[in-house]
Amino acid sequence: MAKTRKGVEVSIAIAEAVRQADVDVVAAYPITPQTHIVEHLSELVADGELDAEFVPVDSEHSAMSVCCGSAAVGARTFTSTSAQGLALMSEIYFIAAAMRLPMVMALANRSLSSPLSIWNDHSDIMMVRDAGWICIFVENGQETYDNILCAFRMAENPEVMLPVAVNLDGFILTHMIEPILYEDDDLVRSYLPWKPMKNALHPDRPVSMGCFGMPEIYTEAQMNREMGVRNSYPHILDAWEEWGRLTGRHYRPVETYRCEDAEYCIVTMGSYGETAMEVVDMLREEGEKVGVIKIRLWRPFPLEEFRKAALGRKCLIVMDRAITFGGNQGGPVATELRSALYGMDGAPSIVNYVAGLAGRDVSRKDFRNIILEGKAKAAKGEVDGFTLYGLRG
Amino acid sequence: MAKPMEQITRQELETGAVVVEVGNSVQYETGSWRSERPVVDKEKCIKCMFCWLYCPEGCIRQAEEGHFEADLTYCKGCGICAEECPVKCITMVIEEK
Repeated sequence: MAKTRKGVEVSIAIAEAVRQADVDVVAAYPITPQTHIVEHLSELVADGELDAEFVPVDSEHSAMSVCCGSAAVGARTFTSTSAQGLALMSEIYFIAAAMRLPMVMALANRSLSSPLSIWNDHSDIMMVRDAGWICIFVENGQETYDNILCAFRMAENPEVMLPVAVNLDGFILTHMIEPILYEDDDLVRSYLPWKPMKNALHPDRPVSMGCFGMPEIYTEAQMNREMGVRNSYPHILDAWEEWGRLTGRHYRPVETYRCEDAEYCIVTMGSYGETAMEVVDMLREEGEKVGVIKIRLWRPFPLEEFRKAALGRKCLIVMDRAITFGGNQGGPVATELRSALYGMDGAPSIVNYVAGLAGRDVSRKDFRNIILEGKAKAAKGEVDGFTLYGLRG
Repeated sequence: MAKPMEQITRQELETGAVVVEVGNSVQYETGSWRSERPVVDKEKCIKCMFCWLYCPEGCIRQAEEGHFEADLTYCKGCGICAEECPVKCITMVIEEK
């Protein structure tokens, strides 16, 4: 494909990105709202447009197992899932990271049951927060397409060797029809050269993976896992920088919008960012000194970049799409950010809103309410816990 | 395991704790786990190799005299060989010092 701009569903754009990445193996099980991604990939393979093994597995547990086997031989590997599918994968999901197997997952974020829901929130990814995958959040279709491709470059970097989950809000992004700028096939190929993997499984060079680890060695293996994720950070930046150089579209671990003189900021992760920017534009016209801080890279957490963006503000209004039940602190994003700023000079107070659970719409009007109410709460020192926005009763 | 496991630093581990030195389980002498050892009655052994086939440790070898017996450096004393032997020529004897 030559460079083109095309109106397509974001799920289809993801599948096209995977085709351009020329993956070797796709193993996935259909689950709403991810289904269109792998459905289109199966068509691309059946039509001969993508030379890959499409493995139609019997469950998500098997999908992730196939992906581990595929990545272990050094094949370029892709999968996609949502909510209950991720829950079923979770045993092997952790193993993929621990065994340092590079692969890319499009995670169409969806609420975990029950009540059974097919709609969007972040409870699925937060369930596996501590697995050791690189986690990226995107806001729109173009960012999704770009970051799927960037993710392969991050994952397969010999200095990284980690699985990457690209998180996109289910339905809000997966089913959105948006003009997508597809890059040229050749540009993508040159951005994603195939590299032989060290210690890949091969009959001529036998190795053992996933061995038994006695208490004498498990601690050392876990610290290597931690350092593996932490040390991936500069290489993630490199992958984004190179993509920016080639396409003009730049990504940062923490992005700010109209923050230069902002006294208070709304902090978002995922598709919230788009609405938040619009509302901030409206509030700016009314004279409010407000900006948006967007967390694009969730793991490894960009501690220094976040602190740089946050310190010196009066307050942050942090948006969450999941609850940490019984934590008594707030959603997973807010607890993370409170911890990142604890005890620091110039740390803003944090007011936390959980909203948009199971795809409940969070409109511009809602954002406006949240920002103004949050600012008032911070001024009154009401900064503990969280508010479940829009809750009846 | 070029050196004892408790002396290996994290820097000495391969990425993803992959073990590149294959077949190193022979360095792990599991015989110390044993509380009973198999004793073979050489006269009764019919050399059917059932014990060799069933041994989960893979530590049963053919002796020069033709019968089969466990390598006690690795035998964990599980007793599966004694259980499976069709002529019951293997007896599990308590290890005592």
